[in-house]
Amino acid sequence: MADEYTKTQAAVQEAEQAGPRPAPQPQAPVPAASAQGASWTVSEGFLPQSSPDLTIQPLDDFSSTTPEEGTLGLGEPIIQMRNIVKTFYIGEPNELQILHGIDLTVRRGEFIAVVGQSGAGKSTLMNIIGVLDKPTEGEYILDGVDVSKAKDRELSDIRNDKIGFVFQTFNLIPRTTALKNVELPMLYAGVSRGERSRRAKDLLALVGMEDRMSHQPNELSGGQKQRVAIARAMSNNPAIILADEPTGALDSATGRMIMDLFHQLHREQGKTIVLITHSNELAAETQRIVTISDGRIISERKGMA
Amino acid sequence: MDLWENISLAVSGLLANKMRALLTMLGIIIGIAAVIAIMTLGNSVTNTVTNTMAEMGGNNIVVQLSLKEDVNSFELTDDDLISDEMLEQMNEVYSNEVVAVSVDEGIGSGQVKDGRKYANVTIYGVNGGYQIANNVKMMTGRYISETDREKVSNVAVVSNKTSKAIFGTEFGALGQEIKVHRGEEILAYTVVGIYEHEDNPMMAMMGGMQAEADRPTDLYIPISTAQRINDSDLGYTYVTIVTDSNVDSISFAMTLQNFFETFYRRNPVFTVYVMSMKSVVEQMTTIMGTMQLAIAVIAGISLLVGGIGVMNIMLVSITERTREIGTRKALGATNASIRMQFIVEAVIICLVGGVIGIILGVIGGMLGANLLGAPATPSVGSVIFAMGFSMAIGVFFGYYPANKAAKMDPIEALRYE
Repeated sequence: MADEYTKTQAAVQEAEQAGPRPAPQPQAPVPAASAQGASWTVSEGFLPQSSPDLTIQPLDDFSSTTPEEGTLGLGEPIIQMRNIVKTFYIGEPNELQILHGIDLTVRRGEFIAVVGQSGAGKSTLMNIIGVLDKPTEGEYILDGVDVSKAKDRELSDIRNDKIGFVFQTFNLIPRTTALKNVELPMLYAGVSRGERSRRAKDLLALVGMEDRMSHQPNELSGGQKQRVAIARAMSNNPAIILADEPTGALDSATGRMIMDLFHQLHREQGKTIVLITHSNELAAETQRIVTISDGRIISERKGMA
Repeated sequence: MDLWENISLAVSGLLANKMRALLTMLGIIIGIAAVIAIMTLGNSVTNTVTNTMAEMGGNNIVVQLSLKEDVNSFELTDDDLISDEMLEQMNEVYSNEVVAVSVDEGIGSGQVKDGRKYANVTIYGVNGGYQIANNVKMMTGRYISETDREKVSNVAVVSNKTSKAIFGTEFGALGQEIKVHRGEEILAYTVVGIYEHEDNPMMAMMGGMQAEADRPTDLYIPISTAQRINDSDLGYTYVTIVTDSNVDSISFAMTLQNFFETFYRRNPVFTVYVMSMKSVVEQMTTIMGTMQLAIAVIAGISLLVGGIGVMNIMLVSITERTREIGTRKALGATNASIRMQFIVEAVIICLVGGVIGIILGVIGGMLGANLLGAPATPSVGSVIFAMGFSMAIGVFFGYYPANKAAKMDPIEALRYE
């Protein structure tokens, strides 16, 4: 699939541009744990030096219902997908069915990973989960809203309110400070200026970026950009954080820090996180791993978290 | 997304790409500057013409000798000239309408000299009516009178400028004898009056090459004295008639046309042409208006081209920022807010260009008007119009690119490289 291909290419290119790194990000799962072990030690230094203890106070505005930590399927369902089918070029000779009936339920407070090879339909599924696209058939209920029946102009409000995107290529708005970037979803939600600024500052502090608030994206490293992007994803306190290959463009050490940040948000803030990745290694850290292949869910297994 | 956020975003976008922003604005800047400068200059010239004409006498009617149609060769004889008899008859018939009759005869330029001191003058033979017709303002003494004319006396009225140049003070010349060099000839006159010289902006424009001190002022002598010098004393090729201010000079000019034509009915070559200054002013005003309109149309075309430039750059800009647009949509921007963002950006470009254009136009127009010697300020209306118009250009030419951005598919946009 062309888009999968370009995305992977982009990932490789951007990873290469990021500079020398110890080992290239593998396309397929690799058994070696040595690199991971090394990066764990680095990860402990990712939080600001000013706060040596890793515990961060949960923010009142952002803490949702207390998650049942480490348990599966105890929270209320937040994503309910029934028989999702996505077909492209409908009615044309090159009609192409990408998803052949996906059933997926994600509960509040869950951290799940969707894995699959290139071309398996990950991106298409992500676009549907992220309400960027609508399924051809099937039912999708996101946080109590039937998205599959929503009108086009309602979709942007749903994205704004319920979904926090984290992209592989960060996608911060250029020439705009980290603070303004984090404020952006609140701006579209109509949050008042003072409130926007206050929450954006809190969130940047949460991701350890409080001393980089007035920096523009071109003044930040890849890992810093992704942390700003994560703060931005959380700004409207969305129902889910949807992360599409969030470490794909980062070296393994920085990628490790980002993964730690997701774990921290999951653990301490009770965030529901959907991680899309092709890396089985990263997926294994989550609570549940959903593997898709050829547009179908072929396995669901419990993760290490 | 409120308007203020859009504005600050657009401004920071412009600042981040100053050169491109400036080039984009150039068409708008030139267009608006041209409109404002031309309007200012137009005001200046119109004011000058109107003031000059009014100074010369808005109620004046000029009667001049002219050729009949289809006349190719001619010889001007004394019998053809406008005679004193004709003027006397006119004075009798139209005594209510005619305030004064001015006749003059130029005898060329000369120089008033006293040792090394000098003043350039243009010598005119005049009658008493000349003062009224040309609004000559006396500072001291008297003007040329009918008695001077009858006596063919050697008296003169000079300007304060001439007096100052020769005698050191503005009033110093009164009662003194001056020597006027006219070619080889030296004419001696007694100064009976001094008038206030006003630098005529139009004359200053034409004599712009000369130093201010060397610019000639008028020196008046009785017309009979001038006629004796010229050796012609039977009539005039043109006369100026001052009408009462209650008289409609345009229609009275037609009456006079008919009156004078009776004297030339049997003349095979010559007739008279009568025109009122008022109609001349009106004609010039019309011409100025037409010229202004023509240049405004050209400026309008420049604005159109500028607007297309803005549209072009906006299209480039949204293509460059496709990913940004995709990201904004993923973060919850509605189509309307994306559209508004880019329209605001286009409007800001045009508005900033408009303001720069207005500043340049005002400076250029006022400089030009000062050079013409008739300072003028641009009208507030034209400035407001220019601002409004540049905003309208922004909205008009920004809408299409903005709408294109608003309708982008977020998935495609996010994937754009």
